[in-house]
Amino acid sequence: MLIEIKDAPFEPYQCLLEYQASAGFAGKFGATAVFVGSMREFNQGDDVEAMLLEHYPGMTEKYLQKISNEAAEKWDILDSLIIHRIGEMLPNDPIVLVAVWSAHRAAAFDASRYLMEELKSRAPFWKKESLKEDTRWVKKNT
Amino acid sequence: MSSAVIKIKFFASLREHVGQSEAEVAVSSVNTVIDVWNSATNNMSLPENTLMAVNMDYVDAAYLVKAGDEVAFFPPVTGG
Repeated sequence: MLIEIKDAPFEPYQCLLEYQASAGFAGKFGATAVFVGSMREFNQGDDVEAMLLEHYPGMTEKYLQKISNEAAEKWDILDSLIIHRIGEMLPNDPIVLVAVWSAHRAAAFDASRYLMEELKSRAPFWKKESLKEDTRWVKKNT
Repeated sequence: MSSAVIKIKFFASLREHVGQSEAEVAVSSVNTVIDVWNSATNNMSLPENTLMAVNMDYVDAAYLVKAGDEVAFFPPVTGG
């Protein structure tokens, strides 16, 4: 189980493969559910040129760990990985990677959905968008 | 003595709204999280939907604080 905050661009599929290669579940998993969230170039009808992702250092890690532990208790999974960006980012940049490994698909699908939904509602991150002539905080998650 | 104070943090739009990122209040002057808000912001009204945490766990406004606690105020989270 790993959670990681990155303050520079990351390549989610490379991170996924590296983690999978180093983890101790080779030969035991039949399912890998992967979610990658990326930055759009539009939001709420406006062009978005850049975005600043702020977080609460310490509490963020605590909550990502907490939801990872909850998922491991609720479902029969082998492992999970969460990576989340902070800092200045541009359209197309990956924001978040959630991956879950399990023997069979149902647990991986359900646990990855849980991790993503709980991350969005409980992990203390905030987005500030740069529009052409203005900046604005994203008020709530959709 | 540092343990006689409560450390306060504000994040994101709320930090800009109150005009400070960190503050401290004497523990003797506050009982609850909302007391901490009132003391640190000079009684600004608390924006709707403000989230509160003590020692990095979510709490409500009536939560009782103690010396050495870290109290945080922030808007709804928008990660992912």
